[in-house]
Amino acid sequence: MNNFKTIYLREIKSYFNTPMAYIFLVVFALVNSYFFTLWFFPSNQSDMRSLFSIVPLAYLFFIPAISMSLIAREINSGTIELVSTLPIKDVEFVVGKYLSSVTLIAIGLGLTLVHFFTLVNVGSNIDYGAVFCGYLGLLLVGSVYCAIGVFASSISDNQVVAFIVSVFVVLAFFLMDKMLIFMPQGLVGIMEYISIDYHLSNISRGVIDTRNIIYFGSLIGFFIFLSLRTFDLRRWS
Amino acid sequence: MIEVKNLSKNYGDVAAVKSINFSVKDREIIGFLGPNGAGKSTTIKVITGFLAPSAGDVIVNGMDIKTNQIEIQKEIGYLPELNPLYTDMLVYDMLEYVAGVRGIHGRAFKDAFARVIDQCGLSGVVHKRIDQCSKGYKQRIGLACAMIHDPKILILDEPVTGLDPNQIVEIRSLIKELGKKKLVLMSSHILQEIEATVDRIVIINNGEIVADGSNRSILRKFSGASSIEMELLGVDKEEVKKIEEKIDSVKVSSVRKSGSSTMVSLSCKGKSDPREDIFKYAVKSKWVVLGMSQKKSNLETIFRKLTSEAK
Repeated sequence: MNNFKTIYLREIKSYFNTPMAYIFLVVFALVNSYFFTLWFFPSNQSDMRSLFSIVPLAYLFFIPAISMSLIAREINSGTIELVSTLPIKDVEFVVGKYLSSVTLIAIGLGLTLVHFFTLVNVGSNIDYGAVFCGYLGLLLVGSVYCAIGVFASSISDNQVVAFIVSVFVVLAFFLMDKMLIFMPQGLVGIMEYISIDYHLSNISRGVIDTRNIIYFGSLIGFFIFLSLRTFDLRRWS
Repeated sequence: MIEVKNLSKNYGDVAAVKSINFSVKDREIIGFLGPNGAGKSTTIKVITGFLAPSAGDVIVNGMDIKTNQIEIQKEIGYLPELNPLYTDMLVYDMLEYVAGVRGIHGRAFKDAFARVIDQCGLSGVVHKRIDQCSKGYKQRIGLACAMIHDPKILILDEPVTGLDPNQIVEIRSLIKELGKKKLVLMSSHILQEIEATVDRIVIINNGEIVADGSNRSILRKFSGASSIEMELLGVDKEEVKKIEEKIDSVKVSSVRKSGSSTMVSLSCKGKSDPREDIFKYAVKSKWVVLGMSQKKSNLETIFRKLTSEAK
């Protein structure tokens, strides 16, 4: 347990010791603010749907960018040998790194709370439950994408390769829901269940269903498991 | 104690280590010697748990690396060959990170930190970023990371690479000092380094152990015939060659003129020392001997012989 914390804190420090975290947070906040204000005022509705629809789009590139270096850089610089020969379990290493990227996403989402306060000031009849669920959904989607990013980062020592693989997989999950019309009828139900958007929209409506939570949890677990397997395979190569 | 039994490691179809066996006792300094690509680092990487063995066993203090990897890693301090460090960290933070992973915090960390800073001579760079340190300092930071938990076993892969001669002497004496209390396994392709530091040498070539023993025992076992170099004045080549008929144990390898001198190289059969016979023969033949020296096999010649024979 202690090693989770040590790895996690090192990664957080590493993010904030370089301009990476600051650039991510500022650009992420600016992009979201721009599109939020673009749609929020003309729509004249007391909700945050405009924010909740732009953040998953922003995730498509921001999350692969912050996660691409997590393991790939360690492999490339050779520090993987240092880490692998310290008494650290693979799961502590991978999950510690994963949680650091989720934390950065959570901080990014935290910055968008300024729009929530705008809503509180100018809006009326606000559905606080929907806002809470919307944020929860965004955090869960971000967590899934971070797990995909960690997996992509574990398969290569090249951060660019990790970024491309990560964007590709994230995009596949993101677009699945939009591609249903091209799917054979028999597959529509399955593809809809696999798609991220389907579960996100369920949560965003203000309903926290255990099926949706299990879905996100399963995806996170699946990609973390793949990362661990990839990590272990390196030892046997 | 480290026991390596029938250890093999393959990279795809390439066998990097071929069923090697050796063991190292506590308080012993053992040197892994071999040319580049011989399998030294691969063996070390398996012992430290970075790579899994393809076959065979590695037992450290009675524990098998396959089932007790974490426990073994707690007892080992390891300096990898390329000395990977988080270069964006301060030296202090790096040591704190490694100590943290090893469960050393608070007061215990302060004590351990003071010890390794003193042992590795890092007091001048504690608050520097690692990427701003020289190669020699980086090597010492890597060594400090390996020693922060005062391990029972210290494994150093090419520990003096990049150090200047003064630093090499310092690190060498540090390793010798550590070897009084710990098991130290170090690898190097620098013969002088191994010769000067270790109690026992394991020479590895093409993934196989070709020699294992103390410096002296390897010399005794593998030293072949010695040679004798002579400088004579005013003796012609034909006259020199007659020595073979008079002294059975020598053979003339080469004779060449160098100014007024004749440089003669004689190879000796077996492990005999024919200098007395040669001297008496020279006196009898009225040769003017300007110089005579015997060249015995040293670790370098044995190393060259052992690592080129198998190719």
